[in-house]
Amino acid sequence: MKCLVGCLLWLCVTAAALGQPAGDPTPLHYRDRAEEARFHALTAELRCVQCQNQSLADSNAQIAHDLRREVLALMHEGRSDAQIKQFLVERYGEFVLYRPQMEGSTLLLWLGPGVLLLGAAVLMVRHVRRRGRNLVNDTADNASQEEREW
Amino acid sequence: MNNPDTTPDPNKPHRLPPVAIVLGALFFLGLMGLMLYGVTRSDRPDRDSLPSALIGKPAPAFSLPVLHDPSIHVTDRQLRGAPYVLNVWGSWCPTCRDEHPILTRFAETKRVRMIGYNWKDEPSEALRWLEQLGNPYMVVIADQEGRTALDWGIAAAPETFLVDGSGIVRWKYSGAITQDVMDQQLIPALEKVEQESGGHKGAPDLGAQR
Repeated sequence: MKCLVGCLLWLCVTAAALGQPAGDPTPLHYRDRAEEARFHALTAELRCVQCQNQSLADSNAQIAHDLRREVLALMHEGRSDAQIKQFLVERYGEFVLYRPQMEGSTLLLWLGPGVLLLGAAVLMVRHVRRRGRNLVNDTADNASQEEREW
Repeated sequence: MNNPDTTPDPNKPHRLPPVAIVLGALFFLGLMGLMLYGVTRSDRPDRDSLPSALIGKPAPAFSLPVLHDPSIHVTDRQLRGAPYVLNVWGSWCPTCRDEHPILTRFAETKRVRMIGYNWKDEPSEALRWLEQLGNPYMVVIADQEGRTALDWGIAAAPETFLVDGSGIVRWKYSGAITQDVMDQQLIPALEKVEQESGGHKGAPDLGAQR
């Protein structure tokens, strides 16, 4: 868990220093509003492979331009969101997904926070119960002891 | 006090249980370790690079024109039969200039076929670049649009792949190849590939398929 969090933080602070090819200025053409909305929703869920702290929708890297164009072309081919994600995962790896699939290597990432929360809750309940019991025992003590406590 | 085991000494109340102190210390040490790990990794030139999704998988099918003669196309099938190194570069890429001498020195050993992958480049500028700096490649294929590059999972130049004789991607490096990367990664990976194929180094003649 710590490692994963660390890796994510790490990727946030490092910027890609490698070269970029020249841009292709032609804007993307959407068929209709619904397609545009779907495109934006989909690219916002995909991570840019070069500027790794940006989504595919936000990134201005040339490869992000190319990938956006490809995503739109795949949408025009009638591929589903899941198929488009699979297309990118096959080429660039799981990394492109902001919400990685549930599998062995990502189990900790998915369940870790819940396990931590549950563990903390159990510890807290136990602690509160023990203190409750102690308080009952302490009621027999006199006030001078209580003052010394503080 | 009738139960001294569970009741804390009233003179020392709110003392944390040892387990909590140990856990807290471990957590703190873990964070420190993580930070140290991050700091020691920060000078690695390939710190941003992602593991290639293609390692151990067949190289993507492609058919791309040769930079020096676009009427000739090179396909992935033609390159099979012996390992090859695919080096992604562009004349717009300053880092490619840095690795060029190292690639050239390696190419001069004629150890393996070096294929240049000219990515999203103006052919005239790419040719001028090769004329100025020298051409270490056996053949340069040009991907002006960058569609095939997506199949290779290319994110930035330079990137270098090692593909074995049966067309499987065996190794990839993102960023400029240094002498260290060459000696410690590419050459050992190549040796492994060569051993597996029984020392077969001969490269099939590309010209035969023209």
